[in-house]
Amino acid sequence: MTSHTVSPVSEEPVSSVPPIETGSAASAIAFDDVSKVYGHAGNAVHALDRITLHVQPGEFVCLLGASGCGKSTLLNLVAGLDRATTGTVAVEGTTTLMFQESALFPWLTVRGNVDLALKLRKVPKSERRGRVDELLDLVHLREFDTKRPHELSGGMRQRVALARALSQDSDVLLMDEPFGALDAMTRDILHDELEDLWARTEKTVLFVTHNVREAVRLGDRVVLLTSRPGRVAEEFPIAIPRPRRIDSPEVANQAAAITTRLREEVRRHGDS
Amino acid sequence: MAIRDHVAPGSAESGAEINAELSGLDALEMVLPPRPSPWARIWWSLWPKLMAVAIALGLWQIVVWSGWKPDYVLPGPGPVFRSLFDNFDQILQGLQTTMQRALIGYALALVFGGFVGVAVSQSRVLRAGVGSMITGLQTMPSIVWFPLAIVLFQLSDGAIYFVVVLGAAPSIANGIIGGIDHIQPVLLRAGRVLGARGFANLRYVVFPAALPSVVGGLKQGWSFAWRSLLAGELLVLASGKRTLGGLLEFNRQFSDYAGLMAVMIVILVIGIIIDSIFGAFDKAIRRRYGLIDAATQ
Repeated sequence: MTSHTVSPVSEEPVSSVPPIETGSAASAIAFDDVSKVYGHAGNAVHALDRITLHVQPGEFVCLLGASGCGKSTLLNLVAGLDRATTGTVAVEGTTTLMFQESALFPWLTVRGNVDLALKLRKVPKSERRGRVDELLDLVHLREFDTKRPHELSGGMRQRVALARALSQDSDVLLMDEPFGALDAMTRDILHDELEDLWARTEKTVLFVTHNVREAVRLGDRVVLLTSRPGRVAEEFPIAIPRPRRIDSPEVANQAAAITTRLREEVRRHGDS
Repeated sequence: MAIRDHVAPGSAESGAEINAELSGLDALEMVLPPRPSPWARIWWSLWPKLMAVAIALGLWQIVVWSGWKPDYVLPGPGPVFRSLFDNFDQILQGLQTTMQRALIGYALALVFGGFVGVAVSQSRVLRAGVGSMITGLQTMPSIVWFPLAIVLFQLSDGAIYFVVVLGAAPSIANGIIGGIDHIQPVLLRAGRVLGARGFANLRYVVFPAALPSVVGGLKQGWSFAWRSLLAGELLVLASGKRTLGGLLEFNRQFSDYAGLMAVMIVILVIGIIIDSIFGAFDKAIRRRYGLIDAATQ
């Protein structure tokens, strides 16, 4: 019944089992009827319940939901850090996960952090210096390469974390509320930067957030999840042309519609 | 700003504009308080110590002047420092042997304690089996080991090293286990996501992440090694070498109490010097890791 095709987080090709092809054959990420249950019988918690979700290569998908909707569980399944209880998870290519905290190594400089990520991928030393320069240029932090994480602001740390994630050269970028702890102005600018990077690198992005406007600002598609158990409540394709601005009326209107739907979901839990 | 809406993402213009905004924000964020000059820092760490030494010497002299004990039993600072200078050669020889033993013993303890600590931290079975035993060993006074050490190694350097290692290694092992246990989980997760496995994970993620809390264990290990060593030198006199512990016993037997106290002062000073080396090491690490509040440094 159960089959998993989970990509390793490192650079090796996807495991020898070929991706299960269901629906559109070219999906970068394919969840088919995926459930994840923690614990046993009596006190089992259904984190995810029969999720079916397909993400196209190069697509930017935002997962949106109140707490307890299993957003992080879903990312862990894609990253191969966890296994589905039932159903299949197929990932085409390699993945990299970025966290809400930058999770930079405090004993290394900005350069050292990106360099170690390359070293762990066995990139030869001769190539690493140039690669680190390129990556730091991408996030506009080259001039801060000798600083340590604690000397940077939260937004700068997240940009280093982004450079480190990009250093993995993986096909799929998984982002777990990466801007959740930042102030609004920094977040807006990082949205611009992320959109810009995404347009240049053509990566598939799966972006988890609880901020509706952020989801509409960034996503080609917003997937609204229900809480306990986590199910797909509704999907909203976002047709607003890019580049977008978070304070534009189009974004605000779409966000308002999604918020209404999200509140319905949250109310459901208050009644029970 | 209006231009922005017509600029496609990924184009040079949008990059330049983001760049300008980001560097503006970055510049606002990156104002660090200036650090005081090195001379000011040395002075501020030095004068309270000098003051404390002066007060201690003063109190000592007052006790001597009070006539509580006769001068030849409890000499004042003057005769003690004179004895220290007169017998400097002897004390230096003793110091050399003792320090050499301390460093070798501590290095051995680092190897054993480090190995055991890393093994226990990485293995659930070892932790269940050996974990509490290490803490038990740590609480045992090192003097308790000497009778056994003398039976096993006779009155030799071997007996002293045996006790020094048994005294220091459990603290070092426990410090390493504790340090590894207290690593922030998100750092380990990040390591895993980046593909750090096995030895590379230990070398590049686990060890450096544990370092700040391991230093405390290393320091405690040193103080156990130093105490065990001096206890050992008082008991194991037969090696024929001049040692600090040996000089203490020798001066007592020959009723040279000024000489006795001179050696004690040397032992105290060594302790203070080593402690401040560990302190500097600890502070350097915490500064590097961003664990010192910029406002209080």
